[in-house]
Amino acid sequence: MSHVFAFHGGVHPPENKRQSTRTPIRQAPLPERLVLPLSQHIGAPAEPRVQVGDRVLKGQRIAEPVGRISAALHAPTSGIVTAIGPHPIPHASGMEADCIIIDSDGDDRWIEHAGLADFRALGKAALTDYIRNSGVTGMGGAGFPTDVKLHLGDDHIVNTLIINAAECEPYITADDMLMRERASDIVAGIEIIDYLLKPSHILIGIEDNKPQAVKALEKALKGCTLNIDIRVVPTKYPSGGEKQLIKLLTDVEVPSGHIPADVGIVCQNIGTAYATARAVHQGEPLISRIVTMTGEAVAQPQNFEALIGTPYSLLLRAARVDTGSLFRLVVGGPMMGFTVDNDQIPVIKTTNCLIAASPDEMPEAPPAQECIRCGLCEQVCPAELLPQQLYWFAKGRELDKARHHNLFDCIECGACSYVCSSAIPLVQYYRNAKAEIRSDEAEQRKAEHARQRFEARQARLEAEQAEKEARRKARAEAAARNQAARKDKSVAAAPASTAVQAPAGEPDLKQLKTAASVARTKLKQAQKALKNAEDKGLDGVDALRATVQALNIKADAAQQAYDQALNAQSDASAAPDAKQLKTNAAVARTKLKQAEKALASARETGGDDIGALESRVRELELRANDAQKAYDAADAGSAGTQAPDPAKLAQLKADMDAAQAKVDKAQAALESAIASGSPAVEKMTAGVEKLRGKYLEARAAHEAACTPAAAPATSPAKLAELKADMDAAQAKVDKAQAALENAIASGSPAVEKMTAGVEKLRGKYLEARAVHEAACTPAAAPATSPAKLAELKADMDAAQAKADKAQAALDSAIASGSPAVEKMTAGVEKLRGKYLDAKTAYEAAGGTCSDVPQSDTPADADAEKPVDLKALKQQVSIMRTKLKKAEKALQDADAGERDALAHEVQDLNERLNSARAELQSAEQVRIEAAAAAGVDLKQLQIDAAMARAEVTKTERALGTADSTSATDLEQTLLQARSRADELSKTLSRFE
Amino acid sequence: MSAVIIAILVLLGLAVVFGIVLGFASVRFKVEGNPIVDQIDALLPQTQCGQCGYPGCRPYAEAIAGGDTINKCPPGGQSTIEALADLLDVEAIPLDDEHGEEKPRSVAYIREDECIGCTKCIQACPVDAILGAAKQMHTVITSECTGCDLCVEPCPVDCIDMIPIETTLNTWKWPAPKPGIELIATDAGRGSVQQGGIA
Repeated sequence: MSHVFAFHGGVHPPENKRQSTRTPIRQAPLPERLVLPLSQHIGAPAEPRVQVGDRVLKGQRIAEPVGRISAALHAPTSGIVTAIGPHPIPHASGMEADCIIIDSDGDDRWIEHAGLADFRALGKAALTDYIRNSGVTGMGGAGFPTDVKLHLGDDHIVNTLIINAAECEPYITADDMLMRERASDIVAGIEIIDYLLKPSHILIGIEDNKPQAVKALEKALKGCTLNIDIRVVPTKYPSGGEKQLIKLLTDVEVPSGHIPADVGIVCQNIGTAYATARAVHQGEPLISRIVTMTGEAVAQPQNFEALIGTPYSLLLRAARVDTGSLFRLVVGGPMMGFTVDNDQIPVIKTTNCLIAASPDEMPEAPPAQECIRCGLCEQVCPAELLPQQLYWFAKGRELDKARHHNLFDCIECGACSYVCSSAIPLVQYYRNAKAEIRSDEAEQRKAEHARQRFEARQARLEAEQAEKEARRKARAEAAARNQAARKDKSVAAAPASTAVQAPAGEPDLKQLKTAASVARTKLKQAQKALKNAEDKGLDGVDALRATVQALNIKADAAQQAYDQALNAQSDASAAPDAKQLKTNAAVARTKLKQAEKALASARETGGDDIGALESRVRELELRANDAQKAYDAADAGSAGTQAPDPAKLAQLKADMDAAQAKVDKAQAALESAIASGSPAVEKMTAGVEKLRGKYLEARAAHEAACTPAAAPATSPAKLAELKADMDAAQAKVDKAQAALENAIASGSPAVEKMTAGVEKLRGKYLEARAVHEAACTPAAAPATSPAKLAELKADMDAAQAKADKAQAALDSAIASGSPAVEKMTAGVEKLRGKYLDAKTAYEAAGGTCSDVPQSDTPADADAEKPVDLKALKQQVSIMRTKLKKAEKALQDADAGERDALAHEVQDLNERLNSARAELQSAEQVRIEAAAAAGVDLKQLQIDAAMARAEVTKTERALGTADSTSATDLEQTLLQARSRADELSKTLSRFE
Repeated sequence: MSAVIIAILVLLGLAVVFGIVLGFASVRFKVEGNPIVDQIDALLPQTQCGQCGYPGCRPYAEAIAGGDTINKCPPGGQSTIEALADLLDVEAIPLDDEHGEEKPRSVAYIREDECIGCTKCIQACPVDAILGAAKQMHTVITSECTGCDLCVEPCPVDCIDMIPIETTLNTWKWPAPKPGIELIATDAGRGSVQQGGIA
C-alpha cells in the first residue's frame, strides 16, 4: 500500500452497501419489450439505422454515432423494432426522448460476432474506432463516450491512467460485484486502455470498504506485466469524484475549467474497462450492464446483469419489490441520483443503481430553514467552494457573483446539503443557478447573434438605399448631360441645316414660318415696350421706336419669305387648291382686320406709326384681295367643272314646279273671272303674266343648272329613251333603204320618191342620233363604260358595214347601168359620212381603238388608289386574323387534322405575305409620290396632328379665358386653325 | 498674513495645474460614443421587436441612456428590467403593460401550405430569419428567429403562427427549489428528527 493523499472535505453517509452484495450477480430476466433511448451518453444523439418492423439480432447495431462525441447503439436482444419515437427516459426532468423500441422474440439470438484475436495488431485509430462502434461509454455516471477519452493520448501526454473503482456513493455495489466476479476481464480491459494511452503508470483507486474486490483484483493482476498499482483509499464520500480521486491518488489538483488530461491524467471507470474488454475480446458491444437493485422496498436486493433497455419494473419484480412499501424510486445513488415516477423507464448505459426506497428510508425532505451560517457546508465541500455564499447568490439571483465564486466547479455531490443544519437544498440551488446561467448565456449569445444580423441588415438596407440614390443621381446627371449635348447639337445644326438647305434651293416652310412668328412675337414685345415707354413718358422712346421699326421690317420680310415659299409651293403643286386659297384669303382678311384694328387704335391713341400701319393695311388689303381673287377664280373654275349639287337642282325644280302651279292657279282664276265677267280681269291678266314670267325664270334657272349637269347627270333612262328613238329611226331608215334597193333592183318608177323618203328618214335618224350623242358625249369622257364603248364600236361597225353594203349596191347599180347610180352614190357618201361620225363619236368616247386601254388604266388606277390602300390594309389584317386562327386551331388539333391545318396555315401565310407586299408597295408608291413633291409624309402627318392639338388646346384656353386675353387667344386660334387646315390639306393631297 | 497669501497662491497654483491636466485628459482620452448605451444594449434581448416604441433595441438603449423608463421591454421581461435597474442604479419597476406582456419565448412558424410567397414577412423580419422569394414558399430559420412577432402582422393570409419554444432535454433547467422541502435522499433519520423537533 503506497501513500495516499487527501482531498478537502467529504462526508461519511451510511453506506448501505452490504444489502446488495450478499448474492452474486444475477442475469436479469429477458424483457418482452426493450426501450433504447438514442441519447444515453453525453453528446449528440445517435441516428437510427433501422426501420419500424425490422427484425434485429442481438448485438446488431441499430443506431450510428453522429459527430465526434456520440455513441453507437446495439440491439440488446433479438426481436422486431416496433417503434421509434418518444418514450420516458431516465432524466431528472421526467421528459420523453426518442427511443428505439424492440419487442423481444425470446430467442435472444446473437448476430455473428467475434473478438479481435490480437488487438495490438490493429492500429490505435482502428482500435478506438472499433471501440466507438461497440458503443462503449463511461459506465460511472456521466456516460462520456470512451473512444473520445482514448484519443486523448494523441494530443496530450498521459502520464497516469487512473482506474476509478472507488464507488463512493452509498448503496451502489455494481463495480464492487463486477470486480469480485470478473476481475480478469477488467484487467484485460485495462491492458487495452494502456495500449491506447501508453501511460507511464496505472493506478486503481478503490475504497477500503471493498476488501473482496481488492483481493480479486490483486489475484487477477498476478502475472500482469503492466505497471499497475492498486491504491486503497479511505472510505469517504465523494472520493470517487474524478478530481477528488486524482487528488487522492496523485495529490495533483486539476485546475478549474480544465480536464485531467491537461495535467497528464486520464480516468476510466472500472466498468468501462470491463465493457472495453468484452467488446475487444469477445466482440460483444455494450448491450448490458451491472445494475444494483436495492432499497428497503425490495425483498432481495442484489446486482443484476441487465440488458440495456430493460424497464425498471422488470428489475423491481425480479428483486421482489413490495409495492406497498415503495415510497420512491431513485435512479443512481442517494446523493447524486434523482427520483423517477415511472417504472417503465429503461436501464441505460449509465444506470448503475436503482433504489426502491421505503418512506422511512428516504422520507420527504424537511422544510428548509434559514441559513444560520454555521459553516459546515464549507467544511465538507470537496471542491473547496463557499457553499453558503453560492447559496446566497443563487437565491438572490446574483448569478454573476455566484459565477465569480466558481459555481461551475461545483460537482453537485450533495455533501453540503447532507450536512446542512437548516436542511437547505443547496445542490438544488446550485443546479438551478447553473442552468439559469447557461440559459442566460445562450440567450446572450442569441441576442448578440440577432444584433449582428440586425445590424448587418440595417447596413445592407442603407447600402441599397445609397446605391439607389447614387443610381438616381447618375441618371439625372446623364439626362442633364444629354440635354446639354442636344442643345449644343441643335445650335450647331441650325446654321448647318440652313447652309444645307439654302443651296438646295428648297425653302423650308416650317422654318420660315417659325422665323416669321418669332419675328412677329419680337415685334409685339417691342411694341408693347414702346407703348409702355410712351405711356410713362420714359426716355429712349425713340430708340424703342427705331427697334420696333426694324423689327417690323424684319417680321414683314420673314412673312413675305414665308408667303413666297408658300406660294411657290402651292404653285408647284399641280392645281390651284380652292380650299388652300380660301384659307389664304381668310388669313389675309384676318390679318387685314387686325391691321385695321391696330390702325384704328393707333389713330385713337394718336400713335406715330399710323403711317406705317396704314401702308401695312393697304398692303394687306391688296394681298387679301389678291387671295380672294385667286380663290374666286379657282372657285369659278372648279364650279364649271364641278357638278352642281343634286339638292340644289331639286330645289330649283321644286321652285319651278311651285311657280307653274301658281301660274296654273292664276290662269284658272283668270279664266273663271273672264267667264263671270269680273272687272278685275285686266289686273288678273297682268298678275298671271307676272307669274308666268317668274315661272319662266325659275325654269330657266333650273335648265341652266341642269344644262352643265345634264351631260354627266342625264339619267340612264333618258339615255335609253333617246337611244330607242334613234334605233327606231335607224330601223325606219333601214327599211326604207331596203325598199329603195328593192325598187332600184326591180327598176320601179317610184325610186325617186322612195329615195326622197329614205333621205327624210335618214335625216330624222341623224337628228335622234345627234341628240343621243349630245346626251352621251359629255358624260362619256369621264364615265364611259366599256360596255358603252363597245356599243359605240358596234354602231361604228354597223355603219361601216352599211356603207360597205351601199357601196356594193352602188357598184352593182353602176355595173347594171341603173339610172339611180348618181343618187346611190350620194347615199353611199352619206353612209360613209355616218360611219365616220360613228367613228368620231367612238373616238371621242374612248379614244382610238389602240388608245383605249392606255387611257383607261391610269384613270382607273388613280380613281381606285385611295380605296385600294384601305382595302389592302383590311385585306392584310383579315389575312393576319385568319392566319392566327388557323395557327391556334393547329395547336389544338390532333395529329390527324394537323397536316391539313398546317397546309392551310402555310397557304394563309403566303397570302398574308403577298397582301402585305402589295400594301407595302402601294404605300411605298404613295410615300414616293409625297417625297417627289418634297414632303416627308410622316413628318407631315405628325405636324398635322400637332397643329390639330394646338387648335384644340387654344379652343379650350379660349373657353376659360377672360375677355382681355380672349382676343389674343382668338387670334392665336385663328392662326392655329389655318395652320392645321393647311397641313391637313397638304396631307390629304398625298393620301 | 503672508502665510494666508502663500496658501492661497499655492492652492491657486494647484488648481491651475490640475485644471490643465484634466482639460488635456478630457481632450486626449475622449471616449467615442456613449459607453453606457452599449452596456444597456447588451442587456436588452435584441429581438428588435419595437414593442418599446423605438425602432430596435439600440434606439431604446439610447433612449434609456437619455432618461427614458426601463420598463418598456416585454421580451426582456422583469429580469431585463432588474438588470437595467442594477446597471443604472435606479429602482426596478414593474413592466409597463402598455407595451405588452411578458410572453414565453416563441418562434415564428409559417404554415407553408398556405404561404402565397408575397415576401412581406421577409421585408418585415429585422434579422433576416425568413427564407423565400417571390411566389415561392417561405420558411423561418428557427435558429435565427427572435420571436419578435413583426412578421405576423404583414402576412396577408395569416399563415404565420408564433409557437412558444418547447423545452427540450437540452434546454431543460433544474427548477428553483421550493423553500421548505426537498432534502437529499439519504437524510433518513435527520429529516424525521427535525420534523419531530419542529412538531
